[in-house]
Amino acid sequence: MAHTRVDHAANAAAFIKNGERTHWHDQALWFVRAKRDRAVLTVSEWEQLRETAAQIKRHTLAHLADYLEQFEEQATRRGIHVHWASTADEHNAIVLQILREHGAQKVAKSKSMLTEECELNPVLERHGIEVVDTDLGERIVQLREEPPSHIVLPAIHIKKEEVGQTFHEHLGTAAGATDPKYLTEAARGHLRSKFMAADAGITGVNFAIAETGGVVVCTNEGNADIGVALPKLHIACVGIEKLIPRAADLAVFTRLLARNATGQPVTTYTSHFHGPVPGGELHIVLVDNGRHELRERALFRESLCCIRCGACLNTCPVYRRSGGYSYSATIPGPIGSVLNPARDPKRYYSLPYACSLCGSCADVCPVAIPLDEQLLQLRGVIAGKKYLPLSKRLMMKAASFVMKRSWLYNLSGKMARWWLPKLPRFLVYNRLNAWGRQRELPETPKRSFRELYRKRHEQ
Amino acid sequence: MLREPPASVYNQTARFVPAITLLQVDKMRIGLFVPCYVDQFYPDVGMATLELLESLGVTVEFPTAQTCCGQPMANTGCQSETRPVAEKFLRVFRDFERVVCPSGSCVAMVRHHYGQYLEGQPGYRELVAKTFELCEFLVDVLHVPGIKGSFPYRVGIHQSCHGLRGLRLASSSERVGPTFSKVRQLLEPLEGITFSQLERPDECCGFGGTFSINEEAVSCHMGHDRLADHERAGTQVLTAPDMSCLMHLSGILRRRRTNMHVMHIAQILAGRSVPNGK
Amino acid sequence: MNSKQEILTALRRTRLPDVALPSVPDELTTYADPLAQFRQVVAAVGGQTFDVQGPAELAAALRQLDAYRAAANVWSLVPEVPSQGQRWQSADDPHALETLDFLVAPGQFAVAENGAVWITDDQVPDRAALFITQHLALVVPAREIVQNMHEAYQRISFDKARFGVFISGPSKTADIEQSLVIGAHGARSATVLLVH
Repeated sequence: MAHTRVDHAANAAAFIKNGERTHWHDQALWFVRAKRDRAVLTVSEWEQLRETAAQIKRHTLAHLADYLEQFEEQATRRGIHVHWASTADEHNAIVLQILREHGAQKVAKSKSMLTEECELNPVLERHGIEVVDTDLGERIVQLREEPPSHIVLPAIHIKKEEVGQTFHEHLGTAAGATDPKYLTEAARGHLRSKFMAADAGITGVNFAIAETGGVVVCTNEGNADIGVALPKLHIACVGIEKLIPRAADLAVFTRLLARNATGQPVTTYTSHFHGPVPGGELHIVLVDNGRHELRERALFRESLCCIRCGACLNTCPVYRRSGGYSYSATIPGPIGSVLNPARDPKRYYSLPYACSLCGSCADVCPVAIPLDEQLLQLRGVIAGKKYLPLSKRLMMKAASFVMKRSWLYNLSGKMARWWLPKLPRFLVYNRLNAWGRQRELPETPKRSFRELYRKRHEQ
Repeated sequence: MLREPPASVYNQTARFVPAITLLQVDKMRIGLFVPCYVDQFYPDVGMATLELLESLGVTVEFPTAQTCCGQPMANTGCQSETRPVAEKFLRVFRDFERVVCPSGSCVAMVRHHYGQYLEGQPGYRELVAKTFELCEFLVDVLHVPGIKGSFPYRVGIHQSCHGLRGLRLASSSERVGPTFSKVRQLLEPLEGITFSQLERPDECCGFGGTFSINEEAVSCHMGHDRLADHERAGTQVLTAPDMSCLMHLSGILRRRRTNMHVMHIAQILAGRSVPNGK
Repeated sequence: MNSKQEILTALRRTRLPDVALPSVPDELTTYADPLAQFRQVVAAVGGQTFDVQGPAELAAALRQLDAYRAAANVWSLVPEVPSQGQRWQSADDPHALETLDFLVAPGQFAVAENGAVWITDDQVPDRAALFITQHLALVVPAREIVQNMHEAYQRISFDKARFGVFISGPSKTADIEQSLVIGAHGARSATVLLVH
């Protein structure tokens, strides 16, 4: 993992240079947000459902150790193998071990942000295991050797011409083809052959049920299910925060997830795995990787309630106009701007500032994570640790100095209003004036409000 | 921002806003808080607020010791720099029974974020209970049915985010529930007024405080998009309850040819005519 | 200390404020005509529904589908509908299902709010069939319908479960420039036959 500090503002500025593409990216994601709104409005009890989901998650978090033990007990009773991994490396080692024990050389993997977080693929590939990401969007970025840019729509940043080009190179589709139906059909055939050849299927997990020891996987494409129904080995990787107490609780989450993510009433497939295929094995790997630490921090622990719907990304005006890569993180957008700096504030110092504090993310979050509040609090952590550039800290020290002193505030204001109109334009509007690149500064009135007020009250 | 009422499962106390009649208000000491940049760069917005309240029979005072609510420092994460400014604010407005301010973001700062600086200090809880944004003061406290006057223009309301999602001045498009807007309901009775129908009725303008400088590219792209939406909707007068949004949007507008005017809601309600400039 | 102990100990070190497990919201959306809602949603998600008066009409209803008529290999797990072409036995290697064109399987019940049908490996022991088939038809008794997912989960017992799935419509993807394409990796079409 690189340790260079991520400058979101610079990355975003580079992204925005292509104004037309930025508009296209922004519109594509707003379209998904709009679909979400239409679906959500059909559920009049939506806000109560959110509150219910929020409480279920916070309750689970409070009793997480107990629920994890219950989960393991129930799963083991059914012949499911449960493994525990404290770190990403351990997770990767466990998965590798299981695959080796079964002599698996080819793996079909469905979408799992956790395996992205742990960087599983390169580890398996280094050991000579072929890993095919079978979610269409994931396969596209895998063939292009790019990371996903969105947690639900991994290829949202890619145009169909570019997909056509990639498929022409790797799948032998016609040069210049852009029709999504044609390209999807080609991918279907290509991935079918991968499913048929796979020795093992790896999936993520949307919900792990403590009461029953089972795991739930939600997809539209059917790739997760084919991927684990053909081979005899299914490995399910799950972050410990994905636990929910009871099967009945799934009703709340399955009603929220797809509507909020893509505007569908439910995903095409909502699969409940309580055992392997006959004669097969199901292994579940429970992963911590810093989650227990996040749980200890009262200000940020609610971010563990996230069900990875992606709605906060779709609604975020900054994400839409800067793209997932601007965040240089597995999970970008508002939730990523909490999770990543919470873990590594030095590297991700700029992410909580990649935000206008509009609050739209918190309003769409199905589990009511107060994301905008958390982003603000993270700024306190980052400024407090002095990871904020010195210039900005000094500016705020100066501002505070002035604002504490009414006389100085008055004087500063008066001086600014006196000087600004007198300065030649090139002195005011230049490289040092970031405001002035695309905007005029406010006009400078002769008198401030307080001067007018005083005059008025002298009469 | 925190939600009103707070949505957190850890906090079950709802905020109680007592309805007071004009008679009672007469006997109250009401302080006017004018945001620092409004004081210095948009004094007419402060004047319009003052005149509007007086025309409704409310006497307000402007304590001259006030400076700033501390939001720029707080939003940068500089908490030790914010504390003294918050403490000064508490002192300046301690003896007032109500505080009114023509800015949703400043009021959200006081009501939702002063806790970490002032919790436990005498007068803090009262400050939270007594500080109001202008539109909510007119609607929830004074129960003003509407402002008389004529404003025969197509008005585009920009729903400043802190007022919208922080103070719930209106229903937000993300949430399911009854549609309402304290901002719009104050404007609706104006003769001849019509409202723009936007494609994105409550997307952020991109100001975001220091965000406007730190992420200038995204900030301006967002501003351009908001203005394009208003242009397509035929907005003649762009208004908002927060002058910060309008400072950013009018800054962009003044770099191009446009017939769109920008006015703070206080200026419209106080009967200002549409300016010649922008 | 192994990782399990490490993780559990770390979690137990910090006591969080307790939050009670909530009950379901009081006012749940219900439909005066759940079957009508179900049909509407199935159509909206790219599937189709047929209503038949009795299982004897199933085969005739299916013959209305181009995909069914064109199918060389039909595997029916519903007695009133004949299988056709290649035959599979449970216990076969599921890879052999690659040539399955059309699967007719009995669903347990339908969910009105989202057009989903619940089906388990009790009905389809070779679970791969549900996903590898080119086309899918689910046969559900019309009276076996619930309003919403809350009622659905009340009906399901996971005591002896191995595999169960809610299927709503055909497989799909919008991963290429948000263009919806029906028929991603799973079934290209999904038909629900409601038996009255």
